[in-house]
Amino acid sequence: MELRIRQKHVDAIRQHGARDYPNECCGIMLGREVDGAKVVRELAPIPNLRQEQARAEEVLPLAEPGRESERNRFLMDPKEVARVEAEARAHGLDIVGYYHSHPDHPARPSEYDREHAWPWVSYVIIRIEEGKPRDYASWVLSDDRSQFESEPIIEGD
Amino acid sequence: MAVKVIIPTPLRQYTEKRDTIEVKGGTVGEALSGLTTQYSGLRKHLYTDEGKLRSFVNVYLNDEDIRYLQKDQTKLNDNDVISIVPSIAGGSSPLCICN
Repeated sequence: MELRIRQKHVDAIRQHGARDYPNECCGIMLGREVDGAKVVRELAPIPNLRQEQARAEEVLPLAEPGRESERNRFLMDPKEVARVEAEARAHGLDIVGYYHSHPDHPARPSEYDREHAWPWVSYVIIRIEEGKPRDYASWVLSDDRSQFESEPIIEGD
Repeated sequence: MAVKVIIPTPLRQYTEKRDTIEVKGGTVGEALSGLTTQYSGLRKHLYTDEGKLRSFVNVYLNDEDIRYLQKDQTKLNDNDVISIVPSIAGGSSPLCICN
């Protein structure tokens, strides 16, 4: 499967990552599966809940609070995800993936990314190096959860 | 009790593309157990090897998070709706502990 995404969406993800640096940014990619490809039609930027420590700890506690923060972790409030999904469904769209940034870190999924992922959806990661957006990549979790596989990205207008 | 479970998009490949599955059970735990018995491909994405719900998987009973109810012991009524909603989480490596 491949991910089809418009240049304006790529630009929006880059700008979001740069704006939130040095913290991780995150958002949802909405679209549809068309002819075996996931096609992104809209983006929904989502606040990184790790910036609200009390609520974030309720939703998904940190394993190493001394070494984890919004600088290297993102979290989306499930109520917010459910709201966006319901709104999208009303417009005939579905969640086809999620994006987040890695400040000063490669655009490759971490073990933490792997442990918290589900199959089929695309995980787009953008590297933000010293505040500047750099390369990005899309990844899909393998069916047996053992690893991510790189997914081809087709950028269009 | 006969209830419905709403299946999130990433997991529909394991439920023959169906987005809603009807199951029977007295509690949320029983309903989910019935679901993953019928559709065993779901199990590894919902539960750890030790049989616990994965930390990022949230279960709602009629819009209420079961962690604020009786968790998997939460009792069901006919026509209840169970939703499975992930907390989307991730990030890069742990920060170094630097002096």
